[in-house]
Amino acid sequence: MMLADLWQIVASDAFWIATLRIGTPLIFGVLGVLLCERAGVLNLGIEGIMVAGAFAGWFAVYLGGSLWTGVLVAALTGAAFGLLHGVLTVPLGLSQHVTGLGITMATTSLSYFAYRVSFPKLTEPPRIAPFAELDFLLPVPVLGPVLGAQTALTILALALVPLIGYVLYRTPLGLAIRMVGENPAAAEGAGVSVTATRIGAIVGGSALMGIAGSFLTLAAFNAFFFNMVNGRGWICVALVVFASWRPGKALLGALLFAAFDAAQLRLQQSSVGGAVPYQWWLMVPYLLSITALVLVARKAAYPQALMKAYHRGER
Amino acid sequence: MVDGNPVASPATVATAVLRLSNITKRFGALAANDAISLALARAEVLALLGENGAGKSTLVSILFGHYLADAGSIEAFGQLLPPGDPAAALAAGIGMVHQHFTLADNLTVLDNVMLGTEPLWRPRSDRIAARAKLVSLAQRFGLAVKPDAAIASLSVGERQRVEILKALYRGARILILDEPTAVLTPQESESLFATLRHFIGDGMSVIFISHKLDEVMAVADRIAVLRAGRLVAEKARTETNKAELAHLMVGREIAAPPVRAARARGPAVLELDDVHLDLRAHARLTGVTLIAHGGEIVAIAGVAGNGQSALAELLFGEVTPTRGTLRLNSAPYPRSPRAVVAAGVARVPEDRRVQGSVGDLSLWENAAIEQLRSPAFAQFGVLKRGAMRASARTLVAQFDVRGATHASALDTPARLLSGGNLQKLILGRALSGRGAGQQSPRLIVADQPTWGLDVGAVAAIHARLIAARDAGDAVLVISEDLDEIFALADRIVVLNQGRIVETRAVGDWTLAELGLAMAEKRAA
Amino acid sequence: MIRLEAREQASRTAVIVAPLAAIAFTLAACGLLVLWAGAPIGRSFAALIAGGFGSRFALAETLTRATPLILTGLAAAVAFRARFYNIGAEGQLYLGALAAVAVGGLHGGAGFTLAAPLLFIAMMIAAMLAGALWLAIAAVLRTRLAVDEVVTTLLLNFVVLLFVSWMLDGPMKDPTAMGWPQSVALIPELELSKLVERSRLHTGLLIALGAAALLWAMLKFTALGFEMRAVGANSAAARFAGIPVNATVIKTALFSGALAGLAGAVEVAGRTSYVTLDMSPGYGYAGIVVAMLAALNPLGVVLAAIFIAGMFVGADSMSRAVMVPTYIADVIVAVALLAMLVAAQLVRFRVRWTA
Repeated sequence: MMLADLWQIVASDAFWIATLRIGTPLIFGVLGVLLCERAGVLNLGIEGIMVAGAFAGWFAVYLGGSLWTGVLVAALTGAAFGLLHGVLTVPLGLSQHVTGLGITMATTSLSYFAYRVSFPKLTEPPRIAPFAELDFLLPVPVLGPVLGAQTALTILALALVPLIGYVLYRTPLGLAIRMVGENPAAAEGAGVSVTATRIGAIVGGSALMGIAGSFLTLAAFNAFFFNMVNGRGWICVALVVFASWRPGKALLGALLFAAFDAAQLRLQQSSVGGAVPYQWWLMVPYLLSITALVLVARKAAYPQALMKAYHRGER
Repeated sequence: MVDGNPVASPATVATAVLRLSNITKRFGALAANDAISLALARAEVLALLGENGAGKSTLVSILFGHYLADAGSIEAFGQLLPPGDPAAALAAGIGMVHQHFTLADNLTVLDNVMLGTEPLWRPRSDRIAARAKLVSLAQRFGLAVKPDAAIASLSVGERQRVEILKALYRGARILILDEPTAVLTPQESESLFATLRHFIGDGMSVIFISHKLDEVMAVADRIAVLRAGRLVAEKARTETNKAELAHLMVGREIAAPPVRAARARGPAVLELDDVHLDLRAHARLTGVTLIAHGGEIVAIAGVAGNGQSALAELLFGEVTPTRGTLRLNSAPYPRSPRAVVAAGVARVPEDRRVQGSVGDLSLWENAAIEQLRSPAFAQFGVLKRGAMRASARTLVAQFDVRGATHASALDTPARLLSGGNLQKLILGRALSGRGAGQQSPRLIVADQPTWGLDVGAVAAIHARLIAARDAGDAVLVISEDLDEIFALADRIVVLNQGRIVETRAVGDWTLAELGLAMAEKRAA
Repeated sequence: MIRLEAREQASRTAVIVAPLAAIAFTLAACGLLVLWAGAPIGRSFAALIAGGFGSRFALAETLTRATPLILTGLAAAVAFRARFYNIGAEGQLYLGALAAVAVGGLHGGAGFTLAAPLLFIAMMIAAMLAGALWLAIAAVLRTRLAVDEVVTTLLLNFVVLLFVSWMLDGPMKDPTAMGWPQSVALIPELELSKLVERSRLHTGLLIALGAAALLWAMLKFTALGFEMRAVGANSAAARFAGIPVNATVIKTALFSGALAGLAGAVEVAGRTSYVTLDMSPGYGYAGIVVAMLAALNPLGVVLAAIFIAGMFVGADSMSRAVMVPTYIADVIVAVALLAMLVAAQLVRFRVRWTA
């Protein structure tokens, strides 16, 4: 009975459309975490940066900017907080764990504060016109119905995967990023500045996190709600480990996860699934993330310098 | 003239590719390099020879820009070298192969070699050209490599080849090798020497740091001997021999060991029988058989990295051997740090601030830490702080631990103590740790017990160890300091490449023989 | 480039000045936010301080809010001291509250009656067990499988909240609550009595203060406390000295989870009487800030908790007086955390600029 429901779900276009939609912010987020961690820095500010990106992007559009301006603003917001994280953890050597959590708390509360200052009396969040679906893609064979229902941001996310892969594996910049995450002493000895490279990677990764947040307000929904991000940032952190810090596997992980999420949403409505309280279904994403972490923990090929502060100078 | 020996002049000063003038570097009160002046000619191999701590690594680190000299200058190919800048050194044609490789395990050979050689913002790495250049360099100098292999999959010898290729790839014409054969098998070393001959044939110059006399005599054209931070001799290879070099390295008359009254040895306290252990590159033991009796001090001599850490970890209870047996007073040796402490073994670890003490805890807490759950110090899980403090007070007085700056001396955090006082505390803690009612002789294991300490502290520690020996305990001292070995030992055991190569009573060793036993490479 | 150099000895004045400097910086930075909201700075801060500490009622309210903060602050402090980063106090708090109500609901219902005081103690124990065992999952994952506890404890928070939501919808639902998801209320005999008349301040504060004192005593006077401190300060030396490091980490996790669970039980028994989904406005996370501000010292946790509670209560009051959103309190707390981290680092290290 359950299998029939499952098959029906998987065979439907709506399921795949939802998968891509749910997966888009995850793709941006995982790529962002990936950049930071490849350079050796754990960025736990992602949850808060996504909130900030969601708010800032949406607010820019609300104030009259175009949707892409909003995305840019979200990216810059993310980058700014990423810079803060970078300065605190790299040259000042603060604990990456606690700094990241502090930034999440600060950016989240700052975003909520900013929202309330801007809209003190509203109970219903104001709406904007979100990204339109890509109708021109509908005629494409096989993938058309699914892709045509997506927004431009999703296409951007999908395009970023090979782009980030290219940068990491085929450019001198990418090599420098990977090296400072594996053996910073080697990088320094080759004339690469560990501090500058790490901060640069964190800024870039955080910009992506900001864009991830903006997807929620500019495409998935069209308004800014409290508790909108709801742990997606943490899930990205778990997914990166699962993806062995490789962009291709990151895409796979994000889509797999999104598929499970889309499936559980639909299974809730099915006859058998409906018998299970909806809260248990909602737990699935988080439990899946933990399982993913546990499965890969032992064999995880961590970037060797991840979370180790690098003290330049006399060895 | 240095030490009464004529100094061989560097082959034609005019064609020196590298000239160091009066390089001086201090770390605190210690002069690691003291006004060293050296020249390196084209197409020659210069060996830097010296004991541990003589200043060889410091000197080349300054040369390569990892450290900044306090005084002095360096000229490479006639141009003054900007100090403290590895990029400048690389640009000037100086390449360094570090003793501890700077390679990223998870990346490939090509990645590691290419790093930093292209402008950062170039949109595409030219991996094809890089690969071709790497392969051609490898072939030209006989250094076989697989460009796409991950470093983690390579043997130590192969990794070293990658380190060398990194330097060659950047056009190094002066190559510095820091103890390159420390990690190689004899065959790999031979291969390395052949490579060096290639370099010389190509017109490059090599600085080769070593403490191994065989190699230095096999490969160097000139040999510079460093001792205690100073350059004490420069000799052409043809003008000297191993014995003279050994003497120059050690250089002084070691105080004759105190006349020891003939003493009967006690029973065997520690017995190692054919112990094998393989922890990692410099930490292996192969077929070690050793006995330490009550009432004697056995000194384990050897150059660092020949198995001393493995032996120490074994005796501290942190690891167990893959083959062979250990016994303590005829019972199986305890297998965990806790059990070793409970068995009454007194341990003085090599690193007094990382392993030996908890810097943020106070003096009395560090004094009590090993016995913290013993009946004397705790009941029903509650600490008897009064007893702990009293015990610490006695320890501090007995072992003359000074330097407590706190109002209440015992509360000083351990990290504020000087090295000497901290070591006295650690030794006192180790020696006081005997449980009540333990009658059999005790084993004391001390790893580099006076490393980095001043004369007064050294004397105090030595006096304690000798007193323990006189009281019938078995003392095992692992040391790289020949003075210490001769001052303390009844018997000297030499560890070389994980094996015991020689055991003799102290009176049966000459300094030169000891130096040779430690430094000479044996057939595998 | 910046380089950090360890100072040989942290001056005593620096150690005391650091948190004060951090707080001063925080209030200054947040003054900018007040300006943005268009409110007058002087009046706003006056309202903040007065709202938090300026009257008997304000103080009572502040202490009420400080009660769970002290407990979650202790939970974070004990864990962070051993370098075990428990970010799951929020979830452990809710589980503790749920367990307390579950046990408290046994009065008369299980076929036996237990005297109220005994049942109360059973409630507290159940809450502590719930929190401890929940955190133990993450602790075991770390010691056995090397899974970083930060992300696991974070994700488990979401799981707990969903679980509580289900319980409140189903098995533990209060049938008389007219559809509102909340648990059955505790009977008055099981509630904590008021400390101050006509306020919300309850004897839970005494439990929190007692816990702080006990934790301080444990760390200072017991062998386990010694082991926890040693493992947190230098696990290599602790291992060398024979201290069982992994077992100590697990024990630390149990203590930490128990404290957070107790926070939930105390909130239920003292302030709300029943479990709801919004009974904690982030006490678990704020506890981390409390712990960091207190430099992980149990007695300092009390002061830091009162300060932060004062900020929250004051912000509520301030938002009624001037139009500044209450979220400013959250911003103050988060910025205080970051400022405190920087200040503490500058106490330990000197910053050197090299060419």
